[in-house]
Amino acid sequence: MAAARSSPLVQAAGIWHRRRELGALWWRALGAAGLSRERYRSLPHWQQRAAKVALAGVILFLVVIVIRVLERSFGEVSGVTIVTFDGSAYLAFAIVALLIVPEWKALPALPLRFAWPAAAAIATVVGVVIALVTDNTRNGVVSSIGSVLALGAPPWLAAGSARQPTPVLERQLAVGRKVVPLAVLALAITFPYWWNHIFTIPIFGEFPSVETAVVMLVYIMMAVGLNIVVGYAGLLDLGYVAFYAMGAYTAAWFASNQFANRDLKFGSVGVFPGVTGIHVSIWLLLILAGVFTALVGVIIGLPTLRLRGDYLAIVTLGFGEIMPQVARNGNDLFNTGFNLTGGPQGITPIDSPGFGNKLSDWTGGFLPSNYLTHPQGANVFYWTGLLLLLFTIFCSIRLRDSRLGRAWIALREDEVAASAMGVPLMRTKTWAYAAGAFFGGIAGAYFAAFKSSTFPQDFFFNISVFILCMVILGGMGNVWGVILGAAFLAYLNQEGLANTGAWLNAHFGTHIDVPQYSGGIYGVIIVLVMLLRPQGLLPSARRKRELELGTHDEPAYDVVH
Amino acid sequence: MATQTADEALPKLRRSYRPAPLQTLSFVFIGLLGVWLIGNLIKNPSHWFDLFLVGLTLGMVYALIALGYSLVYGILELINFAHGDVFMLGAMMTTTLVGVFGLGLQGNVLAWILPMLVITAAFTGVMNTFIEIVAYRPLRGAPRLAPLITAIGVSFILQTVGLVWKGPAPVSIRDDVLPRGKIFHLGDADFGWNQLIIFVVTIPTLILLVWLVQKTKQGKAMRAVAQDKDAAAMMGIDVNRTISFTFLIAGLLAGFAAVLYALFVTNVQFDTGFRLGLFAFTAAVLGGIGNLPGAVLGAVCIGLIEQFNNGLTWHTPGTDWTNSLIFAILILILVFRPEGLLGERTPEGG
Repeated sequence: MAAARSSPLVQAAGIWHRRRELGALWWRALGAAGLSRERYRSLPHWQQRAAKVALAGVILFLVVIVIRVLERSFGEVSGVTIVTFDGSAYLAFAIVALLIVPEWKALPALPLRFAWPAAAAIATVVGVVIALVTDNTRNGVVSSIGSVLALGAPPWLAAGSARQPTPVLERQLAVGRKVVPLAVLALAITFPYWWNHIFTIPIFGEFPSVETAVVMLVYIMMAVGLNIVVGYAGLLDLGYVAFYAMGAYTAAWFASNQFANRDLKFGSVGVFPGVTGIHVSIWLLLILAGVFTALVGVIIGLPTLRLRGDYLAIVTLGFGEIMPQVARNGNDLFNTGFNLTGGPQGITPIDSPGFGNKLSDWTGGFLPSNYLTHPQGANVFYWTGLLLLLFTIFCSIRLRDSRLGRAWIALREDEVAASAMGVPLMRTKTWAYAAGAFFGGIAGAYFAAFKSSTFPQDFFFNISVFILCMVILGGMGNVWGVILGAAFLAYLNQEGLANTGAWLNAHFGTHIDVPQYSGGIYGVIIVLVMLLRPQGLLPSARRKRELELGTHDEPAYDVVH
Repeated sequence: MATQTADEALPKLRRSYRPAPLQTLSFVFIGLLGVWLIGNLIKNPSHWFDLFLVGLTLGMVYALIALGYSLVYGILELINFAHGDVFMLGAMMTTTLVGVFGLGLQGNVLAWILPMLVITAAFTGVMNTFIEIVAYRPLRGAPRLAPLITAIGVSFILQTVGLVWKGPAPVSIRDDVLPRGKIFHLGDADFGWNQLIIFVVTIPTLILLVWLVQKTKQGKAMRAVAQDKDAAAMMGIDVNRTISFTFLIAGLLAGFAAVLYALFVTNVQFDTGFRLGLFAFTAAVLGGIGNLPGAVLGAVCIGLIEQFNNGLTWHTPGTDWTNSLIFAILILILVFRPEGLLGERTPEGG
């Protein structure tokens, strides 16, 4: 089980499996620095650590210098800059993280009161070194923030897999649990200020823009919602996009001039006088969309949820296929001329979210009166989306730990045993559906408000698979993994694939339209993850054990091979 | 009467599976369907027969695909999402072969359709087996949903292969490859040579398949593995080989279907397989999944429904709603009669 306790970062780099070779290298480096193995062992613990960190710093420094020299000498000659100037800072940060991460396994020996000052000190040194090497203060700041994260992350990540934490480790985990999320949150909140001011990522190019980040947030929200259905309750839902569409069309119906022969305004902003139609405040609609979609989830769920897993998948797929067709043909329902969905043209424009002039003035402009006319509209959308996402994450975690959540997990692991223990199958499954649908609906409504439109082609089957892919890649059942997977894939879909494609074409002289083949790329991701790492990037501890030990007996006919 | 009293005397152990009102509703539904069909027949009989013949023909093609789903589901309880895309790649192969064979196509049909069937079927058969070995076999012991999710992934990969191979636009071939001459008339509706060829290929294939599954040793092994893998292994059956063989058969059937579909419809796109795959799967479910005659019956029903809905004029939803209609049938069948039209009700079936 030792392997389970090392950080995923190290495992991912494959370093854990080579720790012996690396160890030998390590002693040799220490020897070169004038510190024999015996001498090192006789040192007090903190001096050993100091020596290691100092050595790590030296190695890091050398690596950065080598990279700089390489890029100066080769980069300008060949015209190929694989590692850009700014990329080197990123690389250096990664190396620091990798070097320091294993150190923290030894930490229980260090009194806790030194731990975080030490982390801060190391981070400062790292920051200063990187700032000096790259002639760029911002790189230094970002690297030091990153180092704090790297230092705090392992205990935090190990929280799931540590079987019997010692009291000290326990306390450190508690610190890690607070510091890392707070740091991530701080980075997330300040994102609109720093995204275009720091280094670019090698191959992928720039950080995602704020507009992309809003889309990413919406997708993360949906993935966290789907995770409730697929990850917690183990019900494969291939039509999740139907809920998303429901949410979007709810927002569109009640906040646009789609029903022009009605005239109702309730808390809406930015609607010109004289425009008819139903205009309800987007904030109310987010709730309404969630509730309405959850109801639809229950209605779809009640007859279908008694079906076995793969049949359920097919039924949900059927709903996911019917929904966009209804949306596309809904401009003339049953030849009655009743226009429900606007048909292929969709519904547009949808009212903008906002708090109205009165609230805006009262808060001194802190709450914007109208998001669309706001000078920093994208930023405001981003922060609101972040708030919604935090709400989703909070609910998701609280649900998971609730009685209902434990029932879901019991159901996923063994339906028969769970029902024998008194878990009401239908009710529990229906709640999972309703909860997942609720967040899908909110995400859909918010996305519609952000784009100010809904179109039937936003709700095709590939979106369902795309969201499923996020959940699988990140690690079914683990909210943080799902967030990671969703953020990565949503970014890839919005900007990443185009950027990578441009990079490929620029460097290898090809003319491939990479985003066109996104479906295949997601397919490869799904297959590879299922075959090689079925627990996902950041698995939940329980799910991982399930997959390692297996919920099924070994088939007798495969044992021979 | 006697049984009724006995039933009432027993304490109710389980809620009745299918409440009686539902049965009434389904009769009403079928009745309405009949009225709709007869109404259309009276309004425009020749058009009706035309659609009927085309639907029947396409239904036979769908049957070949549906059997692939049914065979694989029967043996592995896996909905092989990638099957439709294997079929699509076979159809792409056919379009290439039409180009390769060129003008010789105008001559004797038998001279080129057999090589074409053999090449395409070999292509799809090998591909399907390869997919099984690479993507599904490592997941034998995994939770049930793992291979299903993998199958979706493979389906997307195959679609992209088709996209890279032939581009995003629909690939069309000449429509005079199959002879279009008429054989007989039903009113103004014609039954052409191209339709006859489809029947000439599919019906012997179906008979051969039934013979293979029912009479041969390999078929016996397939049925044994479908029932109980562990017990089959203990009886000396190589389970993995039998499963691979099933995928090979499914792939061959998809290859036949691909050739016939490409030549008959003369139009293939990289996402054709996905849609048709779902239609075929619906057909397999409609007939009773795992049940071979059921798959054929279901496929013919689906072919007819599709054609009637696309072509009829009197109170018909029309082309826009074909997908919704077929998926609605799929959902209704799964919810209310998961064992299908001909399937046996299994304890797990609901």
